[in-house]
Amino acid sequence: MDWYPLYNSLRIALISSVIVFFAGIGAAYYIAKLHPVLKGFLDVVLTLPLVLPPTVVGYFLLVLFGPKRPFGAWFLEHFNTRLVMTWYSGIFAASVVAFPLMYRTARGAFESFDETLAYSGQTLGLGNVYIFWRIRMPACRQGILAGTVLAFARALGEYGATSMIAGYTPGRTATISTTVYQLWRTDNDALAFRWVLVNVVISAVVLLAVNLLERRDRKQGGHPG
Amino acid sequence: MALHVDIRKDLGDFTLQARFETGAGVTGILGASGCGKSMTLGCIAGVIKPDAGRIELDSMVLFDSERGINQSPQKRQVGLLFQNYALFPNMTVRQNLMTGLRAREKDRRRAKQQINEMMERFRLTGLEKHRPCQLSGGQQQRAALARILLSRPRLLMLDEPFSALDGYLRWNLELELSDVLKGFGGSTLFVSHSRDEIYRLCDRVCVMDQGKSGPVIPVKQLFEAPMSRAAAVLSGCKNYSRARSAGERKVLALDWGVMLEYEGEVPEALCWVGVRSHYLVPVPASEKYRKNTFRCQVLRVVEDVFSMVILLRPEAGDSAYAEEQADVLLRAEMTKEFWEGFLRREDPAQGLWLHIEPKDVMLLT
Repeated sequence: MDWYPLYNSLRIALISSVIVFFAGIGAAYYIAKLHPVLKGFLDVVLTLPLVLPPTVVGYFLLVLFGPKRPFGAWFLEHFNTRLVMTWYSGIFAASVVAFPLMYRTARGAFESFDETLAYSGQTLGLGNVYIFWRIRMPACRQGILAGTVLAFARALGEYGATSMIAGYTPGRTATISTTVYQLWRTDNDALAFRWVLVNVVISAVVLLAVNLLERRDRKQGGHPG
Repeated sequence: MALHVDIRKDLGDFTLQARFETGAGVTGILGASGCGKSMTLGCIAGVIKPDAGRIELDSMVLFDSERGINQSPQKRQVGLLFQNYALFPNMTVRQNLMTGLRAREKDRRRAKQQINEMMERFRLTGLEKHRPCQLSGGQQQRAALARILLSRPRLLMLDEPFSALDGYLRWNLELELSDVLKGFGGSTLFVSHSRDEIYRLCDRVCVMDQGKSGPVIPVKQLFEAPMSRAAAVLSGCKNYSRARSAGERKVLALDWGVMLEYEGEVPEALCWVGVRSHYLVPVPASEKYRKNTFRCQVLRVVEDVFSMVILLRPEAGDSAYAEEQADVLLRAEMTKEFWEGFLRREDPAQGLWLHIEPKDVMLLT
């Protein structure tokens, strides 16, 4: 059994989780401070990938990144690098699709944050960066953690947009989900089932880890909510 | 030590207009909830931005809309104790105290020493590793105060420091806080809706009403001669009547239908008179021709724990002036012994004569 799809899926999911973690938190933090009208608009745009069919997201990505499209062509010319049909194309797809999950959960967590904690930090002379990472983030960690896990799980299971922008090339762009589909399509039931098992095991382990982390958190007397 | 505040902030249906000056010692800001007290503190601390005006502390400009100055809260060196104390929930007590030192003490050994001293002074020793949620309300308050004092503020501001505590705890904590305030060299702003707290803890007081601040006056003066009706209400005065000046040393209480003599000059701009419940004294019918005496109907007699409360309606009162309620009610309070003694000699069923000493009449604007 060729383990490449597992390796590829994991690195795509991990890298896009990191991207989505920072992008989602940054967006949630700054957009909350904007004017309500602009906030509403950006909110819709940033949440759209959550409700659109992944194939539509894939279409948009191809329109943007395709080698004959403006951005893709520009990138190809200046960096001599194609953005579609490579293993890292899957990162674009997974990031865009997983982003709304991180963004929305982080925003919910930030909204329930007691702003007087930040104020009191400021009056004590603490820097804003310190306040953000050492006070705001720990107070919101449950929401942030939940968002990160959801985003990782979503990135790992991404199929629609990935199949459009990265395609399926065994040993090059294949991920677990695209592999399962290909094997099923070519009547290789037994192997497809094995990959399904692998996927189920990974997802279960991730969820279990989160539960254990949360329990440890509570035992340490962490702040609820 | 001087704080100069003159700010305005417009919030649609509410406008904050705070204007006062304070020196050393403890200055109270007294006002009902939602009158803008907390917002004023927020503006001074720099976490809320006023629309216009100027804030100056010890001749250092913290905010000046005309010159475009708005110092960051970090630079203002103003300590603010929040209503909920705002201890960082993810940190231990020691770590919380450390945040107060972070900005000014880089030497680890000296920082440790200062924290230990503060832990001892605020009786937190042994609680170093506890998280805020494991502390009692009083311990939380002490930890928050210790954290603020470690940051060496030039101005200390306390926002309703006892509102999060049980009544039973308050008294002790008030005594403790009073000691802390005496030990603190700089000036202090103490915000509260409780006139009792202000009376016990402050030297001067500024009454805030619907976003507007009044003048800063010595705290004793607030209780002797309240200036506005709102100030009188907050000082616990319960009986009011619309009033009109009626010549020198005379004032006509319209709702009560009585001409009252007053100790001093009666200003023309007078709108209200007030009298505290304890100063409405029942007198025998034989004294009905005494000045400042008027007849009332007894509506209810309520027995309180240590006193009697008599609710009365003045007979000659002109209800046309009483716009706030159909009945003008007077509330007289006295000891149980007095009331029992009075009942042995008089029968108030046919009406009760009330007397007010001229010195107990409060003229209000």
